[in-house]
Amino acid sequence: MHFFWKRLLGTIPSLIGVVLVTFVLSHALPGDPAAFFAGPAANAESIAEVRAKLGLDRSLPVQFFHYADDLRRGQLGNSLTTGQPVLNDLIERLPASLELTFFALLFAVAVAIPLGVWAATRPDSMVDHACRALVSIGAAFPTFFIGLLFVYLFYFLFDIAPQPLGRLNEIMYTAPPRITGAYTVDSILAGEWSVLRASLAQLVLPSVSLGMFALAPIARITRAAMLQALGSDFIRTARASGLPARKILFSYALRNAMLPVTNVLGMVFSFLLGGSVLIEQVYGWQGVGAYAVNAVISSDYAAVQGFVLAMALLYVLLNLVIDLIATAIDPRVRFES
Amino acid sequence: MTFAGFARNAAYAFGENRLTLVSVVILAALVLCAIFGPLIAPYDPLMTDGTARLVPPSAAHPFGTDALGRDILSRVIVAARLDLGMAVIAALLSFAVGLALGAIAGYFGGWPDRIISRVMDTIMAFPLFVLAMGIVAALGNSVLNVIIATVVINLPFYCRFARAEVNVRREQGFVEAARMGGNGAMPVLVNHIVPNILPPMMVQVSLNMGWAILNAAGLSFIGLGVRPPTPEWGIMVSEGASFIISGEWWTFVFPGAALVLAVFCFNLLGDGLRDLLDPKRRV
Repeated sequence: MHFFWKRLLGTIPSLIGVVLVTFVLSHALPGDPAAFFAGPAANAESIAEVRAKLGLDRSLPVQFFHYADDLRRGQLGNSLTTGQPVLNDLIERLPASLELTFFALLFAVAVAIPLGVWAATRPDSMVDHACRALVSIGAAFPTFFIGLLFVYLFYFLFDIAPQPLGRLNEIMYTAPPRITGAYTVDSILAGEWSVLRASLAQLVLPSVSLGMFALAPIARITRAAMLQALGSDFIRTARASGLPARKILFSYALRNAMLPVTNVLGMVFSFLLGGSVLIEQVYGWQGVGAYAVNAVISSDYAAVQGFVLAMALLYVLLNLVIDLIATAIDPRVRFES
Repeated sequence: MTFAGFARNAAYAFGENRLTLVSVVILAALVLCAIFGPLIAPYDPLMTDGTARLVPPSAAHPFGTDALGRDILSRVIVAARLDLGMAVIAALLSFAVGLALGAIAGYFGGWPDRIISRVMDTIMAFPLFVLAMGIVAALGNSVLNVIIATVVINLPFYCRFARAEVNVRREQGFVEAARMGGNGAMPVLVNHIVPNILPPMMVQVSLNMGWAILNAAGLSFIGLGVRPPTPEWGIMVSEGASFIISGEWWTFVFPGAALVLAVFCFNLLGDGLRDLLDPKRRV
């Protein structure tokens, strides 16, 4: 457990950095924020009043202290567009984004790892070339363009996908009672199988198009790591000892290749969380990304900052989990650094 | 390496990989569009035509027209300047700043290294596209701020790369020799170490360029930076998106395809350059 606490402490500098950056961003508003919030009809007096009310007349360290204290109490301010506290808005929409990101990751891992392993066992074969082609294509297609192409192909042309408007067809189904906020989980908990089917159907296109971009790095690293593992001495020894090929491939080579793969997952999550904003926009998905895009367009600063902060905290947390998984896979990580 | 040797090596590397050659040719065409776009384009990219709205691809309009009757081919061609321009400026700026910061961190170590590395770690603690959104939202919605945001989120890659490359060379013989010759820290760094790390850094620029294009286009797609009616690939895809459910595919497919083509070519070129300059890194 010693390692666990050390790693947990290691996130503190990241957290401080994240809060510092969001603080700087909230003070980098163009022009005078006091004048902005006082409105167009304000005079010098009312601007000074707003400035004092917002605490902008105090020194920066004092302002930072108050900012951090507000965050500690979950005060992210009120959204101008919804009129609700930003924290409530985010909590309401976050499960939808997490559900989408989770299924995208599931798709990417389920396709990329077998593909990378397969390509590594047959270098320069058709499979290897197909893997490379998929990796190059996946890395070159903008997430939002793939999303729109899928809508055109599978909804408009072939008509096999449901209407790409949100998480559930609200006319035909009612959303399950909210427990976790993720429709798939909630409908299982409520035992409403038709709703589960419908919400899964809505998820297919968005999560596949989001996962496409994550596919490339995972498949490339899996292939490279498997090639290296298969070429190493311990595999030669295992082969010479007459172990079954399947056991060599999966228990020996793949386990050793998983460490580089988990390390690239940090980057993959960065893509997924960023890309989910675009995909939510394409599919009318009511998650935090679509909320943030609306907020950015309507200069709803508190909402944007709350979103950036929430995503950064989530990302720090995910990186912590990735590190812990990496340690479970390869105990050597514990002794490094 | 002598120039003749380099040319032979280049001919070998490009000959071996035809795709790199193809990507160079396509990129050259895109760069021509970026420079001479308004001269090549058959129509004025901003000219609306109420009688020719949403016309499918035809001889008069090879890529069709959009909802305002503007010629999509002309808009795609003219947009090359803005899209490539934003990406090139952003990539070069983060290259320059990242190289300077990384070289200082890698050469001097100590507290400059700690501060610079900590700042880069902090940038990397954000999902990068989300940070870019936050920066543009905070600084204001303009093309310049989209470029600044792209520079910031690309900085850590260049900085860390330069730091590692400088670090391994710091104690090498030729650097010791330069120091013995009475050179100060800055001349050693600028004249002896940096020229040696430029080739691998250039590979990094090229590999990074595609990503810079995707980021800038993604920001435009959600309505940041470029405003209508300016032709730009990301915003054109976004404008075309509303016509998908009525089947007017050409409104978003052609600008999107231009994006894919540009990113694909930069990625291939980056791979080709890496094989040429830095074969050991090939995976």
